[in-house]
Amino acid sequence: MSNHEYDNTIICRCEDISRAELHKWIDQGLTTVDELKRLTRATMGPCQGRTCRQLILQEIASRTGVPISEAKIPTYRQPLRGITLGAIADMKLDEEGKPHEE
Amino acid sequence: MKNKAQVVVIGGGVVGCSIAYHLAANGCKDVVVLEKEFLASGSTGRCGAGVRQQWGTEMNCRLSTGSARDFENMNEELQYEGDIEFHQGGYLLVAYTDHQVEQFKKNVALQNSLGIHSRFLTPLQAKEIVPHLNIEPLLAATFYEKDGHANPFHVTQAYADAARRLGVEINTYTTVTGIKTENGRIIGVVTDKGEISTPIVVNAAGGFADVIAQMAGVELPTYSERHQILVTEPVEAFQGPMVMSFHHNTYCQQSPHGSFIMGMGEIEPHGHEIMSTWQFLKEMSDKITNMLPPLRYLRVVRQWAGLYHLTPDRQPILGSTEQLQGFEMALGFSGHGFMIAPMTGRLMAAHILGLDHKDKDIMTTLNMDRFAKGNLFIEPSVV
Repeated sequence: MSNHEYDNTIICRCEDISRAELHKWIDQGLTTVDELKRLTRATMGPCQGRTCRQLILQEIASRTGVPISEAKIPTYRQPLRGITLGAIADMKLDEEGKPHEE
Repeated sequence: MKNKAQVVVIGGGVVGCSIAYHLAANGCKDVVVLEKEFLASGSTGRCGAGVRQQWGTEMNCRLSTGSARDFENMNEELQYEGDIEFHQGGYLLVAYTDHQVEQFKKNVALQNSLGIHSRFLTPLQAKEIVPHLNIEPLLAATFYEKDGHANPFHVTQAYADAARRLGVEINTYTTVTGIKTENGRIIGVVTDKGEISTPIVVNAAGGFADVIAQMAGVELPTYSERHQILVTEPVEAFQGPMVMSFHHNTYCQQSPHGSFIMGMGEIEPHGHEIMSTWQFLKEMSDKITNMLPPLRYLRVVRQWAGLYHLTPDRQPILGSTEQLQGFEMALGFSGHGFMIAPMTGRLMAAHILGLDHKDKDIMTTLNMDRFAKGNLFIEPSVV
């Protein structure tokens, strides 16, 4: 897909990053999600790439011609979903460090 | 990749890119930077992004205040297309023990003598600056409004772009596998993509500086240690300064983007392990919801870790060594390499090229031979 019809399509909706902006950086040689993330903030929002990571991988593949199967996938990290600092602080742990039911 | 260069810099973090840029800006353009992953993929890109001038040793004060002046003009000086996001919201350092209060008084006197106009504050004055700070057990604080934040990815990119425009070759995804020496001097670097012959190698490998030194047969008095960080969802700006406690071993700052970045020093084994742990998540949440209570309503979105490379006195090792001619070092930043990278680049470039610099005495003081001679000035203010 090299047409410009979709250039304004938002790929990372947490951080408002368009397809055209990603292409600009991919063309400058940033061809991994990790590199694009650090300079554009794509995947850095509340969803942490759960929505856009696959879309970005697709854009990199179509732009560089390197198949997704060969792409470097960023590290998946905790927490799985956003959780408040208060909820974590209020959690009681037993001696083994497991959550303790009151 | 070139097979010959005047200088090879190992490490594509902020320190390596700053040194490469300053070498080129001073006329030495035949420079190659080697980075095993991508730019800022190591300690630089994992750091807390703070820029602090309130230090406890003359060297750290001078390196950081000179660097802050560079950050102020960096977008223009490096003609950067983007923005390094330098924001001066200040640092509020909080003291909870008499010992810390005494140390803070000494630090402020030293800082003031070096043109860093930090102030000693009562708990109530501290609360005026950060209204949501829990001052229950607080004894005193210090504040400097010109401390702040900059974006490590963009600062590194700004140096790299400017260096490339001047002719520096930057090779990412290139791993150094060996260093060639002959008769006590450097003659080349071996990588997974070929060899480069060079008389000068700069070790700016951050958390892996010990691995590179080992390849060269140079012994360092340093070690690496994991430090963990977390980040919250972005919210409207409500905390101006970084809040830092040496008592709780924590720091916490709201970035210009709105997210809160916070980290903590822990007792860790020496090594290169950087897995994140839930124990950190729990302890960080416990501490920060006590220090800054309203933060309990913010969602954590991610946690990660990076390496400090620590020296015995928590100040970097800069310059040459008698152990191996042509082996230059910019390492052991002990957790504050990002904020002093601009001055490090200036001083290292002047040193390597034999140019004069008004602060060149820093290079002499921070030479590695200080450990053998016992000339230690231990930095007391590190998280």
